[in-house]
Amino acid sequence: MNIVTDPKTLHEFEKHSIKVEKISRRGILKGLGVAGGLVLAAPLMSRQAFAAYQTGASKMPHGVVVDPRVFVAIAPDGVVTIIAHRAEMGTGVRTSLPLIVAEEMEADWSRVKVKQAHGDEKTFGNQDTDGSRSTRHYLIPMRQIGAAARTMLEETAAKRWSVPASEVKAQNHEVVHAASGRRVGFGELADDAAKLPVPDINGLKLKDPKDFRYLGKGQVSIVDLHDITTGKAHYGIDTRLPGMKYAVIARPPVTGGKLKSFDPADAMKVAGVEKVIEVKGWPWPSKFQPLGGVAVIARNTGAAIKGRAALKVVWDDGANASYDSVAYRKQLEEAARKPGLVVRKEGDAEAALKSADKVVTGEYYIPHLAHVSMEPPVAVANVTGDKVEVWAPVQSPGGTREDLAKTLGIPEDNVTVNVTLLGGGFGRKSKCDFVLEAALLSKAIGAPVKVQWTREDDLHHDFLHTVSVEHIEAGLDKSGKVVAWRHRSAAPSIASTFAPNVKHQAPFELGMGLIDMPFEIANLQCENPEAEAHTRIGWFRSVSNIPKAFAVQSMVGELAAATKRDQKEMLLELIGSPRIVKLDSVKDPWNYGEPYDSYPIDTARLRRVVEVVADQGKWGRSVPKGHGLGIAAHRSFVSYVATIVEASVDDMGKLTVHQVDTAIDCGTYVNPERIQSQIEGAAIMGLSLAKYGEVTFKNGKVEQNNFDTFPVIRMDESPLVTHVHIVPPGPDTPPSGVGEPGVPPFAPALINAIFAATGKRIRSLPIGKQLET
Amino acid sequence: MIKVKINGQEQSWDGDPDLPLLWFLRDEAGLTGTKFGCGEALCGACTVIVDKQAVRACITSISDVAGRDVTTIEGLHPTGDHPVQKAWRQVNVPQCGYCQAGQIMQAVALLTDNPKPTHDQIREAMAGNICRCGCYQRIETAVHLASTGV
Repeated sequence: MNIVTDPKTLHEFEKHSIKVEKISRRGILKGLGVAGGLVLAAPLMSRQAFAAYQTGASKMPHGVVVDPRVFVAIAPDGVVTIIAHRAEMGTGVRTSLPLIVAEEMEADWSRVKVKQAHGDEKTFGNQDTDGSRSTRHYLIPMRQIGAAARTMLEETAAKRWSVPASEVKAQNHEVVHAASGRRVGFGELADDAAKLPVPDINGLKLKDPKDFRYLGKGQVSIVDLHDITTGKAHYGIDTRLPGMKYAVIARPPVTGGKLKSFDPADAMKVAGVEKVIEVKGWPWPSKFQPLGGVAVIARNTGAAIKGRAALKVVWDDGANASYDSVAYRKQLEEAARKPGLVVRKEGDAEAALKSADKVVTGEYYIPHLAHVSMEPPVAVANVTGDKVEVWAPVQSPGGTREDLAKTLGIPEDNVTVNVTLLGGGFGRKSKCDFVLEAALLSKAIGAPVKVQWTREDDLHHDFLHTVSVEHIEAGLDKSGKVVAWRHRSAAPSIASTFAPNVKHQAPFELGMGLIDMPFEIANLQCENPEAEAHTRIGWFRSVSNIPKAFAVQSMVGELAAATKRDQKEMLLELIGSPRIVKLDSVKDPWNYGEPYDSYPIDTARLRRVVEVVADQGKWGRSVPKGHGLGIAAHRSFVSYVATIVEASVDDMGKLTVHQVDTAIDCGTYVNPERIQSQIEGAAIMGLSLAKYGEVTFKNGKVEQNNFDTFPVIRMDESPLVTHVHIVPPGPDTPPSGVGEPGVPPFAPALINAIFAATGKRIRSLPIGKQLET
Repeated sequence: MIKVKINGQEQSWDGDPDLPLLWFLRDEAGLTGTKFGCGEALCGACTVIVDKQAVRACITSISDVAGRDVTTIEGLHPTGDHPVQKAWRQVNVPQCGYCQAGQIMQAVALLTDNPKPTHDQIREAMAGNICRCGCYQRIETAVHLASTGV
């Protein structure tokens, strides 16, 4: 049940992969390349918005396509093929979305094949796999696609038996007429069903959730499981084409720098090296265009890497040559201590802070972070004439196609983007610079080229998570109630990767924990002082929620300590009454692209995850001496998450995480087993960034090179146990994000636990050696 | 001419004797199950078994394994049903899955050396293999399961 290939031969890959040129026997399944008869032909493609609740899906580039002919094929032998149009980077989406279709159409999952879509948003709708959006945007459309297919199969059987369609029912891969006991398999109905028009999407009857066999059950393993455990799974790095050359590139070490000169002589002496050529670079900022540099092209990757080491290159470092993390931190701190652009204002925080009985101030620093997905960026491209075909691990197949067309100056129709599995993404592989490099090189040498980034390349040229200083002042009255809150957030914006002279955070960054802060405080002000970028900034799993949740939820711990109250009670008091938060004073209250009516900030749900985790995770339990409990809660990607961490610090300063409990309310869900795995993983990523995560610059260059200088958590220091508590959804609660929202509350829960254990308050990440003194 | 036995098949190489085994396996022999993660023996994604020992293929040259037996993930079991592979599937270990071939090979070497490892021994023996998705809890469970019989 997979597309994944025998990596040895192109033939195998071609046989299994989706090719836009191929047309099925009947000519109606353009783009699927499925051998055998296909069903579900209809003249029109439906693009729709569903009535039950609205999502932002239709506002994404190219919107939503709800068309069974695009997503479903049934062969005469009954094998159902379902298209996965989103990229698989470990969240399980390549299984979950097709599973929704299979559920609604009553297909037997063991007779379903999943095929990966190529990059083609006109056909498949938006394919950006980011923002924790896939399930929340596609639960209903995928159900409708499945229901349309089911309806067509039922109508075909009813016609064949001359009985009313209301008397037949699709059940487990066949259509049954209960009254007469007749039954017929999906495969036998395929040809005739194909002749029916697709029914009106909005008139379809969806299954009653109580009849679900797969959805919400968590008993289906990911489709790639067997191939992953046998080494057959096909990642970006695994594509091999006949005559393919292997390239690594020496890139300008400073963002915005360029090539001055190079001497290829020594590189060319290395056995296996065949060519050394210049790669075109674009001036910074240029979105995802390549940085340029010098490519060493060889018969294998090892030779290319060795050749690059022998290369002599002189760079012009350009305007960011003085970027220095120590000095930049001071700049951010100064900015965060002065008034900035007001982005939310309720009451008069200024006056309330002045008249407060006590003011608690916290200033928090969170450095640049690198994604370091286990598979570094890698892509294969084959340019032939005015056409290009690429095989790449991309989160944005549609965007990659557009950028390839622009970069090569060819029409989009001449660009084929085959999407492989991603060996991790975390936002890095939303940017297709590495694919563009491969295409430029293939064009230059007239052969297929694989561009391989080394781990050093990955760290030196990432689109890094921003660096920020978050400055919070909270004013308390005599009774210890928080009456004033001012939060200033200074951080360079992702928008700086797209345009010059960006000085403020974009609405989508402010909306990740600053302006959407859910606390019930009468006098509230959020400010965004200026900050300019000096390197490429990009999305990193959960994005600006990391620094903002760290600051806000650390401050909750500080306020609990200052008023000698329980952390959880302090947190619930600040969240306040169950209500829908009003953001009237916010000019652009960005809400993860979702309509506020369907996805409001609902403090009842936030309170509930706190209460669930406190109950299930036994908040307040007695812990051994030297241990402490910490709690944090945060809404992001329109989901609600609360985490409790039990941590200890020994006499040598060694940190141990004994137990993690996380409660998530992500609304209606598809595959709880994968939610659990995402939340388990979020604890590891949260611990990695809290304990070690830091990319620093000196003289404009990244100082970290590999996992020795940019460590991530390993098994021997991972939490001893992580429990995941999924809050059951209320009726008709829209689905919300899962991939990212587990990350933000982890670090502050840990820091609050360390405080409880040691009395030491960490305000600057990473923890590093701060516990050793 | 360097000769090496990979998954029971003899292969030869007359190029650079310093070529890392990883790139020989992937680019020359077409065995792409073994993955590249760091190139410096820091992450374990390229772990293969050489004469029963777990080895990082990224810092092992092809000449280092001349005349020796190399087993990659492709050669672990003909149908992919080695007890460790089965345990991995039973526990639904992988997320993105990229590091898992290396993790599995490391676990196989661990269990060859120590068929009944303790909790701490598993955590220590597997610490050289990074999983950025964070599947450690399940990896530990799967190794334990494989050691007790699936």
